[in-house]
Amino acid sequence: MEALIALVIGVLTAGGVFLALRGQTFPVVLGLTLLSYAVNLFLFVMGRLAIGVPPVISETASGYTDPLPQALVLTAIVISFGMTAFVIVLALKARAELGNDHVDGLEREEDRGA
Amino acid sequence: MTLLFTVLIPFAGAALVALASHFGRAYSAWAAGVVIFASMVLLAPLASLPFAGEMLIQQQDWIPALGLNLAFRLDGLSLLFAGLILGIGLLIVLYARYYLSERDSMGRFYAYLMLFMGSMLGIVLSENLIQLLIFWELTSLSSFLLISYWQHRREARHGARMALAVTGLGGFAMLGGFLLLGHIVGSYELSDVFASADLIRAHPLYVPTLGLILLGAFTKSAQFPFHFWLPHAMAAPTPVSAYLHSATMVKAGVFLLARLYPALSGTPEWFWLVSGAGLATLLLGAYTALFKHDLKGLLAYSTISHLGLITLLFGLSTPLAAVAGVFHIINHATFKASLFMAAGIIDHEAGTRDMRRLNGLWKYMPHTATLAMVAAAAMAGVPLLNGFLSKEMFFAEAVHIAEGHGNWLLPALVTLAGAFTVAYSIRFIHDVFFNGEPVDLPKTPHEPPRWMTVPVEILVVLCLIVGIAPAFTVGPLLAVAAAGTLQAPLPEYQLALWHGFNTPLMMSLVALALGTAIYLVRRPLITWHEAGIGRADARVVYNALVNGLISAALRVTRAFDTGSLQRQVFLFVGAALALGGAPWLAGETPFTGSRAGLPPDAVSLTVAATLILATIATVIWHRRRFTALVTIGVVGLVVSLAFIKFSAPDLALTQLSVEVVTIVLLLLALYFLPQHGEAEQSRARVRRDAVIALVAGLGTAALAWAVLTRPYDTIAGYFLENSKPRGGGTNVVNVILVDFRGYDTLGEITVLALAGLGIVALLQNLKLAAPLRDATGRLWNADAHPVIMATLTRILLPLALLVAVFILLRGHNQPGGGFIAGLVTAVALTVQYLANGAAWTNARMRAPFSHPSSLPQPGEGANVMPTPTASPPSPQPSPRTGEGANVMPTPIYDSHPLIAWGLGIATFTGLASWAFGHPFLTSTFGYLDWPIVGKFELASAMAFDLGVFLVVVGATVMILTGLGGLHRTEPVRPETR
Repeated sequence: MEALIALVIGVLTAGGVFLALRGQTFPVVLGLTLLSYAVNLFLFVMGRLAIGVPPVISETASGYTDPLPQALVLTAIVISFGMTAFVIVLALKARAELGNDHVDGLEREEDRGA
Repeated sequence: MTLLFTVLIPFAGAALVALASHFGRAYSAWAAGVVIFASMVLLAPLASLPFAGEMLIQQQDWIPALGLNLAFRLDGLSLLFAGLILGIGLLIVLYARYYLSERDSMGRFYAYLMLFMGSMLGIVLSENLIQLLIFWELTSLSSFLLISYWQHRREARHGARMALAVTGLGGFAMLGGFLLLGHIVGSYELSDVFASADLIRAHPLYVPTLGLILLGAFTKSAQFPFHFWLPHAMAAPTPVSAYLHSATMVKAGVFLLARLYPALSGTPEWFWLVSGAGLATLLLGAYTALFKHDLKGLLAYSTISHLGLITLLFGLSTPLAAVAGVFHIINHATFKASLFMAAGIIDHEAGTRDMRRLNGLWKYMPHTATLAMVAAAAMAGVPLLNGFLSKEMFFAEAVHIAEGHGNWLLPALVTLAGAFTVAYSIRFIHDVFFNGEPVDLPKTPHEPPRWMTVPVEILVVLCLIVGIAPAFTVGPLLAVAAAGTLQAPLPEYQLALWHGFNTPLMMSLVALALGTAIYLVRRPLITWHEAGIGRADARVVYNALVNGLISAALRVTRAFDTGSLQRQVFLFVGAALALGGAPWLAGETPFTGSRAGLPPDAVSLTVAATLILATIATVIWHRRRFTALVTIGVVGLVVSLAFIKFSAPDLALTQLSVEVVTIVLLLLALYFLPQHGEAEQSRARVRRDAVIALVAGLGTAALAWAVLTRPYDTIAGYFLENSKPRGGGTNVVNVILVDFRGYDTLGEITVLALAGLGIVALLQNLKLAAPLRDATGRLWNADAHPVIMATLTRILLPLALLVAVFILLRGHNQPGGGFIAGLVTAVALTVQYLANGAAWTNARMRAPFSHPSSLPQPGEGANVMPTPTASPPSPQPSPRTGEGANVMPTPIYDSHPLIAWGLGIATFTGLASWAFGHPFLTSTFGYLDWPIVGKFELASAMAFDLGVFLVVVGATVMILTGLGGLHRTEPVRPETR
């Protein structure tokens, strides 16, 4: 199971990094979203993998997993949303002001040549 | 904490003074006067303590763990300086009231002045060195504001920046010196520092400590070679110069020398460094002052020279010299403040400060001239005036040192400096008030308003009575101030006008005669000076240094930042890979740890395979943007499944609701972006990026594997044990968020609120053309708000809100909480916007109880979903009303108040615990018996969670409706029904 999670984190990271390196805004936003999944998962599993032991105190519970990474990741998820929202609106603003959706605000090669 | 309040009153008063200016110009000055008076009244009852030989220390814990206390000290030296700061400050307030013109903002001037005054009081009353340094930096900042008060003037901005750069750097060095001092002594309290004086002087770190602290003191009090900022600071309004360069800013430097005199002085290093810098400054200032044609320029260099004199006295390290130094601080403050004010009056009434044009003003303003002449005589050291007394003591000390060393160079040099002082004082008097007729003055000079000369009169009278009867006037104050400086019994000295025919008196006479002679040959001297030495300008060196630094910084920045995000991301990922990869290559740690893993099962394998496939599909199809959005949604949903699987129900709920909101957001945004991405230009670029991405993925996977296979210690035990008994909740994750780490959560909802506000700011005035066709070239659906969807969502809303309340309430004990409930509510509201249109929803959000007929109906007005074909481009005049195109104002639902309430509630919950004497955000809980519901637990943390809930709802709705509001490209049609 550990190998599976490590693989999933790796795939998410690879996809996120590749998309973040693209030249247009929309794939970069997708890439950042994938990267936040990867980071959130990575932070979460720092508490190690455990099945069926949620950190909710009860008399019948057999044990509890580490609640601390979960608390960190919970806010991280919400903050990631705030960041994604900000970046996508920034992309819209850039498109409105610069007339294109390139991350560097550049015209496409063929447009520039014309 | 009287001393604390004495310092804080001017800071609070700054706001008051700025407000007062709204009622009229004079009110600001009156308010400033009242503020100073209040500080004085607070301090006055304590003023008798130093005279009774007592020292007052008032302390309050601030950050005890770092050895930082709010500690204030009132001894003779502090009292003297506090008196100068407040007393001369009051005179300056009166003077500036008449000096500033109609165009100058009174409120701003007096507010800055109050800030500066508070900072100065903080320096002189501090017991703790770090606290002293904080006030020290505050004087640098507030003097920057004062010097650049006339912001439209280039030289004012430059002068202020130079003063800030030089004194700020000095302050930085001083911080280093204080930290070393604290390291040596083991405490930052002055009392401890004084007690460890011998330890400090014998310590191997003494020299660096001394050097760094002296850098701070020398830059502040404009000692050579840092003197050059002071003349440029003359671009300030004259009341500022009169205040900063007589009693305060530059005196902070010599105050520090006096303050640390008992701890640092008495070594050869102190002697040579301090007296060397002082002597050089004394000579350079006195010499240069003679050649300045600008009245304020002359006074600026004269100030530099007198500061050099005081520094030299402290450098000599004899108790008597220190007494003379303190005495000269008092005298210089009185005569220099009055001279600056007189110069300001002349500038004000004659329109220029150029001594080549200002001649013969005696005829026009005899009263001002008399005052200025007395003050200038005091500066020159003429008998019967206060300057004479301290200068005699200074000469006597120079002679005393010379007798000890058998070297008469020092007395010769200080006599020469005295001669130049006499020469420039004569120039100040003769060139301005006599010496023929004025040359081409902009205005006809006349006496200033009556009250403008009052501060000068008071100071000049002080110069006279101190000069004539020192023992009866300044004697006691000097005694306690000197005792405060030395922190030891005073040496024998006598304050008297007449000490007999001795060497110092001879030196004074020589200086007077020589000075007069120098003045008589001033014309050839000035010509000679301006052809040679006068051209040297420290500013050239300063500018070269600053420009070099800036261009070096620019070169470094430009080398990395070419304005390309792609390059930045590439460098960033590359650096992360290099830094992360290096230990792998070098390390000998086994890749796999010893922790036993969980066995994989078929369901997990399938789910993981789905996630991996969806990720790959997102990457491959990222140019088909709509498709990529669908696949990335799958990824997000599978991630929430992973959270469920591994015992994190809270995370799963959060992830699920965030996922919905994110996809809606991206959909809305995608509408305005190209539906298809461009093909990549360079295949090499794609290959390069693919390699980087694969390496990054491999590295992260390897890291995750290495961590997951290792056992670890956790601090979770504390949270699990205390969650119920001390936090009052069984859902440990929620208790951590709202209780144990509530402060972090407060920060995080603030970030979310800021993101929402930032987005609203970005969306303002944003104009984007809505595309007519969708990705496949079809027209958008004409039916913007399908009836079935609109009806269903309206039924859904109360249910969703109920669920949200349920989640919020149970959050403390079961999976749920403010974040999740907030997101669920936001989704429910957003769905209303999507299904029914912005106008319909906004109207109901604003006025939930108003009559339905007054509200717009679905399908009308602003639309959230893109409907270019649904609305005509321009509104048709309504036949019913016949009033042309009366566009109905779209009711806007503004979620700012929600965010404000949320942050307010969360902060207030934290503050409320203060009221009960607990630290910020301490939570409490109790049980409440509700009828029917039964026993119900109520924790104060739940109020905090309510704040979180409101912020999340407010920010999310604000973001989504802001983006949805962009679609309102066409005006709203008038009501037709």
